[in-house]
Amino acid sequence: MNKTLAILVWGTVAAVGAVAVATVAVHRGEPINALWLVVAATCCYALGYRFYSKFIAANILALDGLRATPAERLENGRDFLVTNKWVVFGHHFAAIAGPGPLVGPVLAAQFGYLPGTMWVLAGAVFAGCVQDFVILLFSVRRDGKSLTEMAKDEIGRVGGFVAYVAVIAILIILLGVAALIVVNALKSSPWGTFTIAMTMPIALLMGVYLRRIRPGKVLEVSALGFVLVLAAIWGGQYVSQNAELARLFTFSASTLAILIIVYGFAASALPVWLLLAPRDYLSTFVKLGTIALLGVGIVALHPTLHMPALTRFVDGTGPVFAGKIFPFAFITIACGAISGFHALISSGTTPKLIARETETRMVGYGAMMCESAVAVMAIIAACVMQPGIYFAINSPAGIVGQAPAAAAATISSWGFPVTAADMQALAHAVGEQTLYNRTGGAPAFAVGMASIFSHSLGGEALMALWYHFALMFEALFILTVLDAGTRVARFMLQDALGHVYRPLGRTSWYPSILGTSALIVSAWGYFLWQGVKDPLGGINSLWPLFGIANQLLATVALCVATTIIIKMHRAKYAAVTLAPLAWLVAVTFTASGHKMFDPNPRVGFLAQAKVLAAGPVTGATARLIFNNRLDAAVTAMLVVMVTLVLVESGRQWWGILSGVKEARVKESPFVRTRLVEEQG
Amino acid sequence: MKRINAGWCIVIATLREIFDEAAYARFLQRAGIVSSSEAYAAFRREFEEGKVRRPKCC
Repeated sequence: MNKTLAILVWGTVAAVGAVAVATVAVHRGEPINALWLVVAATCCYALGYRFYSKFIAANILALDGLRATPAERLENGRDFLVTNKWVVFGHHFAAIAGPGPLVGPVLAAQFGYLPGTMWVLAGAVFAGCVQDFVILLFSVRRDGKSLTEMAKDEIGRVGGFVAYVAVIAILIILLGVAALIVVNALKSSPWGTFTIAMTMPIALLMGVYLRRIRPGKVLEVSALGFVLVLAAIWGGQYVSQNAELARLFTFSASTLAILIIVYGFAASALPVWLLLAPRDYLSTFVKLGTIALLGVGIVALHPTLHMPALTRFVDGTGPVFAGKIFPFAFITIACGAISGFHALISSGTTPKLIARETETRMVGYGAMMCESAVAVMAIIAACVMQPGIYFAINSPAGIVGQAPAAAAATISSWGFPVTAADMQALAHAVGEQTLYNRTGGAPAFAVGMASIFSHSLGGEALMALWYHFALMFEALFILTVLDAGTRVARFMLQDALGHVYRPLGRTSWYPSILGTSALIVSAWGYFLWQGVKDPLGGINSLWPLFGIANQLLATVALCVATTIIIKMHRAKYAAVTLAPLAWLVAVTFTASGHKMFDPNPRVGFLAQAKVLAAGPVTGATARLIFNNRLDAAVTAMLVVMVTLVLVESGRQWWGILSGVKEARVKESPFVRTRLVEEQG
Repeated sequence: MKRINAGWCIVIATLREIFDEAAYARFLQRAGIVSSSEAYAAFRREFEEGKVRRPKCC
């Protein structure tokens, strides 16, 4: 493209983007069309990718297309493999796209559509995409080393240890929260429970098909599994309408929690080929298809957002979770803006597949942009609902009351009119008995998604099927994270215990498998149980805890990245990682302080414990007090550990910049690629 | 038409990689065997050793 044309094209993109962002930011009063968000996001991503990522690639990382990557130098046909860049992109996106960018934005919609949208766009372009990109490149230059190994090499032993403990802590909290979302989505829902239950025999059938009938034909069997899942959704309608069958598949939250804990233990301890691997394939198939379908649905229908730009709950009194817009909006939305967990993927499988260093920009920065776009879709799905309905679904009974009329009156008194009849009609339309108090974000997202889909395809008559399709999609998605996460945490624990007693580190030794599985499942199962029994719905305390843990891991990743950039003698550009690091430190440390010490019992764990101790004593009081103190202790532990990493990193930076320490990066030596000659 | 064809090939290659069909094909090539129930079982055994450690994001 010649220069004049380029200036014209990018000037137009910038102008259109500015108008769209300004419209999203300053528009008040009348509802806004979702297309403004889509245009603003598209232009921001295009500009961020074209200019900011190029600046980072050229001035800081100095991507070298002639330097052989580990995929080429260490190619073994298994882990290390030269792979087409688009294939790596798809593979990387499939690994980073989880339920986080769907659930977080739905919960943060209680502040209105504006805070979430702005954070998702700015956070992704200036923080999340940068983190994923630089960590991927640094891992590629270190033979595909993991984040914890890089933290140990570049910052020191403290950095490595903290990164390791932070990963385990995040996994445990994440799995507890993820399980809670499934419980809240399926409780008292025979249709949803039946559909998810049916994915077990479908996965078994897929496992047998893959093993005995058509070995290795995964795409074929996934498509077959998908058709069977659709049949299960359709069959669920029959189950929900048959009193006897409906009773069989109607469970309380406590029963579902126990079932999920048992499932998690089995998933961790049993061989994976028969049940878990096929479920993983099925989940990925549904995930990729549904995200694409949702994108098409939003663009085709371009619905109106009924949620205001800002709600009264920016003051911290929100019913979905308590806490002011700063810092809580920024820890509630993690994966759509910046997620420390992505640093694990960027330093896991992906660096071992990259053929050329120059491709890290597209894979690292580009895939995170797509993840961020998923978060924008989730914001749209949450905000197309009438706000009264959104709050009725997402508010716990402890805030709005159990009785439909009382809940509707409370929510209407906040300025978001809704009636018990509206909610009853909606519940009827989606095939549920009630939609009150369905906290966790998944049911609200399902209602929004069903609304978009049913307007695009099938009309109101298919609303119930679309709702349960969305619910199945999320639950299947989350259960797959639960399977994989429990096993990963088990392996990490076994690795550590192997240093204490060698047989414990053997992943095939059954006493070790059973013991470590029990430990990991007990840990997240405890958080799940705590959430189920929490009178405020669990999400109020657990989702912020997860957000803090995830963002603290991003803090560790950005410390590693900044240290390497300074060691590369690029200190004058260190602000590229230092600025998001400073922002995350401000956000996470402020949020942690609030969660521990805020005098408001809905926000502060210790204040809540104090109120419970001063109130009437019931059978559950002692446990609730202990849970709040435990949550405060976990938060404090995370903050102390990350403070240690910051101090260690700061010492490194000061030492190098003052000339006391030698700036020595621990990269693999340069080897010239053969791929250029082969292609040329 | 050529571009559409190339694009379609990339989509299929990506799906085959995501769904481990490509990994299975490489396993068969490396081991010098043809696809069978036993070969797939051996592939899964080898694959799980590395695969289960891969984290999936939240």
